[in-house]
Amino acid sequence: MNDFLAMGGYGAYVWPCFALAAAVLAWNALAARRLHDRAREQAIRRAAQGGGR
Amino acid sequence: MNWTWLHKLASPPHAYGIAGRLAPWLGWPAGALIVAGVYGGLALAPPDYQQGDAFRIVYVHAPSAWLSMLVYGTMAAAAAIGLVWRIKLAHAVSAAAAPIGASFTALALATGAIWGKPMWGTWWVWDARLTSELILLFLYAGVMALRASIDDRDRADRAAAVLAIVGVVNLPVIHYSVYWWNTLHQPATLTKLGKPSMAGDMLWPLLVMLLGFTLYFGAVLLVRLRAEILRRERDAAWLRAGLAR
Repeated sequence: MNDFLAMGGYGAYVWPCFALAAAVLAWNALAARRLHDRAREQAIRRAAQGGGR
Repeated sequence: MNWTWLHKLASPPHAYGIAGRLAPWLGWPAGALIVAGVYGGLALAPPDYQQGDAFRIVYVHAPSAWLSMLVYGTMAAAAAIGLVWRIKLAHAVSAAAAPIGASFTALALATGAIWGKPMWGTWWVWDARLTSELILLFLYAGVMALRASIDDRDRADRAAAVLAIVGVVNLPVIHYSVYWWNTLHQPATLTKLGKPSMAGDMLWPLLVMLLGFTLYFGAVLLVRLRAEILRRERDAAWLRAGLAR
């Protein structure tokens, strides 16, 4: 297990790359979801107000 | 040829519904492929005879670099369709793609820098491959900033579209930079058609990751497109009727 984490001495380079990739993948999914949900809420509120600005 | 299906597809209500139904069919396979690719790349592939375990960075670096260009191509193609045929949905696709592409371009640059340190002895060099990829990030930022700076949506769409299309010249520069100029960056591993210079047990996790990232982009694009449609169509009757249900 320690060997695996050490990555032949390159662990300090390999793991940050995979962590960054995980962060970017997670951000994309979460940001897109949040954007959609917020736009939907705003549209619903707008419709409830009868379309007034 | 009957084009009504295309016009139907390009109508916001249909696109909104289809995107919502399609997104999970791309997203879940993408997640499964990425998990399998990470496992294969980190645990199953043997260490490289020259780079040792540092080469495993390729499993996140190459797919993000691939997406940085695929997303730009998608964004520019959608922008061109929006400009030429005045299809509003195409501009929405273009707007939805930009932040995704920017994030994967940043990831490609960051993982490339981290990979460069142990292999080249430096985080960064101003050579053609790295510089043209950095310019790609600036192009994404420019397209997004230009769109955000113009209040009128149609004008913002057109201005962003023109910049996105002009920036396409950078894509072949990125791809061929490793052949046109001397560079520290290694040449392409996969695009040498028919003869990829990688052993099979190293290669399959990379192909799985490339496919996984590509499907993932599709899923995220569809969700962002839905948000974009909601914002653009907020006063449309179909949307009000749909939300009231």
